[in-house]
Amino acid sequence: MRYAMAIDTRKCVGCSDCVVACQTENNVPIGYCRDWVVEVTDGTYPQLEIEIRSERCNHCENSPCVRCCPTGASHYEAGGLVLVTPHKCIGCGACVVSCPYDARYSHPDGYVDKCTFCMHRIQKGQQPACVEVCPTKCMYFGDLDDPNSDVSRVLKKRKFKTLIPEAGTKPHVYYLI
Amino acid sequence: MSGSRRDFIKISALSAAGLLLGGHYVQSAMSGKKSAGNLGSAVPLRTPTYCEVCFWQCAGWVYKNEKGDIQKVVGNDDDPNCNGRLCPRGTGGVGMYHDEDRLKTPLLRIKDQDGNQTFTEVSWEEAFDFIAERLQKIKEEHGPECIALFTHGSGGNYWGNMLKAFGSSNIAAPSYSQCRGPREVAFITTFGDGLNSPEPLDIRDTRCLVLIGSHLGENMHNGQVQEMSDAIDKGAAIITVDPRYSTAASKSKFWLPIKPATDIALLLSWIREIINNGWYDKEYINQYAYGFEELKNHVQPFTPEWAYGITTIRPEQIRETAREMANAAPSVIIHPGRHVTWYGDDTQRLRAVAILNALLGSWGRRGGFFIPEKKSVPEYPHPPYPAPRRTWREAMNGKYPLADLALASGVCDATIPSPDLDCSIKAWIVNGTNLIMTLPDQKKTIDAINNLELMVVVDTMPMEITGYADVVLPECTYLERWDDLRVAQGRNSSVALRMPAAEPKYNTKPAYWMAKEVAIRLGLGAYFAWETFEEKLDWQLKQIGSSLEEMKRIGVKNLPREFDDLFFAPGDDHEFYTNTGKIELYSTALAAEGFDPMPVYTPHMEPPAGYYHLNYGRAPMHTFSRTANNPNLVDLMDENTVWVNPKVANEWGLTNGQPVYLENQDGVIAKFPVKVRVTERIRFDSVYIVHGFGHADKKLSRAYGKGASDADLITRVLMDPIMGGTGMRGNFVTFRFNKESEVQS
Amino acid sequence: MREEIIISGRLNPNIDPHLTIWHWHIPLYLFLGGLAAGILFFASLYVVLGKENQFRGAVRRAPVIVPLLLIIGLLALFLDLRHKPYFWQLYTTIKIQSPMSWGAWVLMAVTPLSFVWVAIHIREYLPKWEWKWMIFRELEKFFVKYKLYLAWALLFLSTILGIYTGILFSAFNARPLWNTSILGPLFLTSGLSAGAAVIILFSKRKGERVNFAKIDIMLIGIELFLIVHMFMGFLASTEVQIEAANLFLGGPYTAPFWIFVVIIGMILPAVLEFLEIRKFHIPHVIPVVLVLFGSLMLRFIFAYAGQLSRWLY
Ligand SMILES: Nc1nc2c(c(=O)[nH]1)N[C@H]1C(S)=C(S)[C@@H](COP(=O)(O)OP(=O)(O)OC[C@H]3O[C@@H](n4cnc5c(=O)[nH]c(N)nc54)[C@H](O)[C@@H]3O)O[C@H]1N2
Ligand SMILES: Nc1nc2c(c(=O)[nH]1)N[C@H]1C(S)=C(S)[C@@H](COP(=O)(O)OP(=O)(O)OC[C@H]3O[C@@H](n4cnc5c(=O)[nH]c(N)nc54)[C@H](O)[C@@H]3O)O[C@H]1N2
Ligand code: SF4
Ligand code: SF4
Ligand code: SF4
Ligand code: SF4
Ligand code: SF4
Ligand SMILES: [Mo]
Repeated sequence: MRYAMAIDTRKCVGCSDCVVACQTENNVPIGYCRDWVVEVTDGTYPQLEIEIRSERCNHCENSPCVRCCPTGASHYEAGGLVLVTPHKCIGCGACVVSCPYDARYSHPDGYVDKCTFCMHRIQKGQQPACVEVCPTKCMYFGDLDDPNSDVSRVLKKRKFKTLIPEAGTKPHVYYLI
Repeated sequence: MSGSRRDFIKISALSAAGLLLGGHYVQSAMSGKKSAGNLGSAVPLRTPTYCEVCFWQCAGWVYKNEKGDIQKVVGNDDDPNCNGRLCPRGTGGVGMYHDEDRLKTPLLRIKDQDGNQTFTEVSWEEAFDFIAERLQKIKEEHGPECIALFTHGSGGNYWGNMLKAFGSSNIAAPSYSQCRGPREVAFITTFGDGLNSPEPLDIRDTRCLVLIGSHLGENMHNGQVQEMSDAIDKGAAIITVDPRYSTAASKSKFWLPIKPATDIALLLSWIREIINNGWYDKEYINQYAYGFEELKNHVQPFTPEWAYGITTIRPEQIRETAREMANAAPSVIIHPGRHVTWYGDDTQRLRAVAILNALLGSWGRRGGFFIPEKKSVPEYPHPPYPAPRRTWREAMNGKYPLADLALASGVCDATIPSPDLDCSIKAWIVNGTNLIMTLPDQKKTIDAINNLELMVVVDTMPMEITGYADVVLPECTYLERWDDLRVAQGRNSSVALRMPAAEPKYNTKPAYWMAKEVAIRLGLGAYFAWETFEEKLDWQLKQIGSSLEEMKRIGVKNLPREFDDLFFAPGDDHEFYTNTGKIELYSTALAAEGFDPMPVYTPHMEPPAGYYHLNYGRAPMHTFSRTANNPNLVDLMDENTVWVNPKVANEWGLTNGQPVYLENQDGVIAKFPVKVRVTERIRFDSVYIVHGFGHADKKLSRAYGKGASDADLITRVLMDPIMGGTGMRGNFVTFRFNKESEVQS
Repeated sequence: MREEIIISGRLNPNIDPHLTIWHWHIPLYLFLGGLAAGILFFASLYVVLGKENQFRGAVRRAPVIVPLLLIIGLLALFLDLRHKPYFWQLYTTIKIQSPMSWGAWVLMAVTPLSFVWVAIHIREYLPKWEWKWMIFRELEKFFVKYKLYLAWALLFLSTILGIYTGILFSAFNARPLWNTSILGPLFLTSGLSAGAAVIILFSKRKGERVNFAKIDIMLIGIELFLIVHMFMGFLASTEVQIEAANLFLGGPYTAPFWIFVVIIGMILPAVLEFLEIRKFHIPHVIPVVLVLFGSLMLRFIFAYAGQLSRWLY
């Protein structure tokens, strides 16, 4: 099993619903976030294009954050999820520094936190909160090893990219372009 | 948040045990329940609601955490307005409940020994007695018609009932004369039917969606954004006409960066192209339309070349986009927009939109406009309302004859005493609308308020408007109260229930209770004959074959369509509610009132040197000014910025993030500075700010002084002579680096 | 024009608008660790080489401060932890790929040994010292007997500690400025150089001081060589690394780096030490302080600048 997410930059309108939904679902304190939205505008008026991306932890297959964690608090979970166990985390910040995507933050309670792909939901067969709320339905989630999952199907149909492939992290969040 | 604080304690208790037992043992014990800690709530205790963060009224479920605190709101899968997905504002609606700056108790304006006015906290009884006594006095001295209600939102119903029972029908909403009024009148004069809300647009099945200043994606009207996305998936072509590179423009096959205020020229030219090339739906027009020949003759001068000179849109692009629409017809939607009070000729612009849709045969067609099902739920029995002797219309001297609803701005005018008025309005009840930020020409609004004998404001937040009230009634938020059923039009009608998910915080109450209490004091208790609100809802629901008990379980009930008439059947006879019974390309109603029966382009003022069109709009994470203090949404966007083209920035030496003051053509300066955003997304003749920021009330701890308010700067109002819409886009601004406030009026 | 913005208003403390999760603690910790490693390296080296008596400053006197350095360093590290009650989790597992874990364990080994080292040389400062308890006397006897083994162990561990203080940063691929294999040797050399400088301060014998001044000059030479190579490497590399190098070549860290680290912290002390060897009268504290200052600044500047450098996407 390899969980992954695909996000359609052609449909995303940058509304940031995915960000609030994550906050309320996962008790992310106000002033912090596990996901965020980037808007890139290129060109000169009126020859313009915009790419909008909802970003979060990429649940990298080769993740530097797991490698550098001194306690094993950052670890892989079934399905390739990268998770942090709060009561093992000493808050040293090494993983925060190690993530090329700046996907982790230091929770005010001291441990490091980040996107969990909503493990508590997917274990119950639900979609992650951000995927479920997105008004443009531009996010697809599922198991890459299952050819019928939403994410496998859409990746078969569409062109996609990952962020900073040069960093060698093998991200599991794909952007449809 | 509190939830995680609790986790912290739980975890440290465990690890202390770990120290005693030895690390290894605890580690393996813990690995069995790895998902402990920060992984969200488990207890599924949900209650139904519908969202009050904007007026799309999506139905959803409110969930609480283990401690019984409201944690999240999610969409109801059965709701046609949201299909289980709330927009960011609806998801962030929890912030309205948690906002610690909320109004907390009834307030009464008093004068202290030194003559200073302050608010004093009073009991509900004192507040109601005061209001009832004043209303009674105004009724005796001036008549009950001298009382007006401004409302936007659920509570309006109850205050409206009270007012009608009292003898006044002056009930106005800024969502008409500051919003969709011109569109309704244009579509009524063309098709005999307005559009209302949610608009009956079959966007999901359209093949071509034309957005004229309709910035879906920033305008988060949920169902439409969802369907636009469906349409993109299905390969529909989007054509966006907008001087700004909106989010929708970036998703479009064609973006026409039109010069502001020239849309009618483009529309006329499109109409001409479609007629002259024979691309219109001949059968449809033959069967249903009135005035085609007049229209054809009327548009002959409006060649794409002519339009190019006005709009700056190249003739080939005009032709190409006309063909794109024609190819998709009848599955094409020239979107009617919603906030359409722009330049004062708005009814005519929307007429052109309606005509274009008619020519392409999209009204009543799949992928165009569907025929909405409009069921209603019987009202709880009450005595008939007395007929008012006078209305706000009398104050208008016959102006705006075609307005089909009361004009908020008109009521405002009727409040300022003038020799033509035998009686001006003396009391306002303001429920859920922040008129200071909402009506153009603030000075006039404040003038009107200063002429009142009583102003009651019902709100949840200490917004600007509350500062002018004699009595402030703090309403509990939508998450803490019952309200009337939401009965929505759509492909089918649907009914949604709102019930409280928590006890009201502080000393706040629902509006229905307030209205009833005031009514009782005015001797109008018979109009609120129900004992409890649940009883009223249950009675109503039983009339449509449901019950309160059922609705608590399902939240939304879809009422099946009575007839299979979502779209016109081929060759169907159809009677339109116009004078001619046809789709009026040539409007007999407008002609009768002395207005142009077919749209005409008239040039608008251009900004003087050094000034720029003040363009404004929505950000997806906020609703007007109502969310500006919402902690969850402020987290996403805490201030607006002024968008400036790099060329303009260069000329003025402006840099990203630099604070500037905006000053308009009348020398009015926005109260607060706003940060510059240098972006290619805006034309060099305009600047853009998101509406709803720049709050001046310090009690709004997160919103105070953040960004600039377009409302401060809209002092020139371009009135729509047909229906009294207040065109608000005719203002120009320039930059100032410091305020020098005394100089200004 | 290209405009890239986060439109969801993200402002996670210590992450946005750019990373500042590590403050003074980590560079101080690395400096102290590097310095301790440098001192211990030379102390054990001269024991292993059998030259303990010529280099009493290095072997017997300077190491007295090492336990203190390590404890302050560890304290700094501890203060930097945001989830302090859980610090013990560091010692529940060894993670080979985690430099932090390495560091924790190496310090776990080095710190007690540094105490032992100081203890067996305590009479250098307190000639009349006698252990009160029998057990300590026995222990002292034991360690003195196996001092050579102890020295070998410390030589090994101090080298690891020194390298560790360098590779902690360079292990982070995510920060282009740190992502160079030269940072490890550079920090190791800097630590050794600082160690040599401190030994000069503690040494009572002229010959020993000259010896360490020469060593220091040589180490500074190596450092300068490494710095030049590092920049050449960056500039010949990808866009992100060029961007990173530009922090020091025209960017915000240019002046602090070249003035504090290279001129004041390296070239100036090297010149002073050279002059000293050439018998000019220069108080030997001055170059020592400059070297220590430079070594500290090197870590501070790299810690902060590194967090500023990021991938572009
Ligand atoms: N300058 C400018 N003016 C505009 C517009 C613009 O873009 N720019 N847009 C126009 C348009 S399209 C519209 S529709 C109107 C909208 O105008 P309004 O509806 O007046 O919008 P808001 O400013 O959000 O005011 C809503 C008020 O309701 C309060 N409120 C929120 N929830 C509740 C509740 O549950 N109960 C009660 N009692 N009160 C509540 C809020 O605190 C706030 O004071 O504004 C129009 N005016
Ligand atoms: N997130 C969010 N969504 C909302 C609301 C909200 O407050 N927040 N409010 C809701 C309400 S009540 C309404 S009425 C709607 C309003 O939403 P819409 O009807 O979509 O918007 P408008 O405010 O009329 O138009 C704004 C757009 O018009 C463009 N524009 C400006 N001048 C011109 C011009 O001269 N010609 C053309 N073609 N375009 C021009 C602007 O660049 C901007 O993109 O939004 C609804 N949705
Ligand atoms: S909710 Fe969906 S559309 Fe909105 S920003 Fe997130 S991914 Fe984009
Ligand atoms: S995105 Fe960052 S935090 Fe997530 S797995 Fe990859 S490196 Fe780790
Ligand atoms: S902060 Fe926590 S999760 Fe991150 S590396 Fe340190 S111990 Fe591991
Ligand atoms: S998957 Fe869950 S945790 Fe991750 S960003 Fe989405 S909502 Fe947040
Ligand atoms: S569109 Fe958004 S804010 Fe409006 S009612 Fe629906 S969820 Fe609420
Ligand atoms: Mo509106």
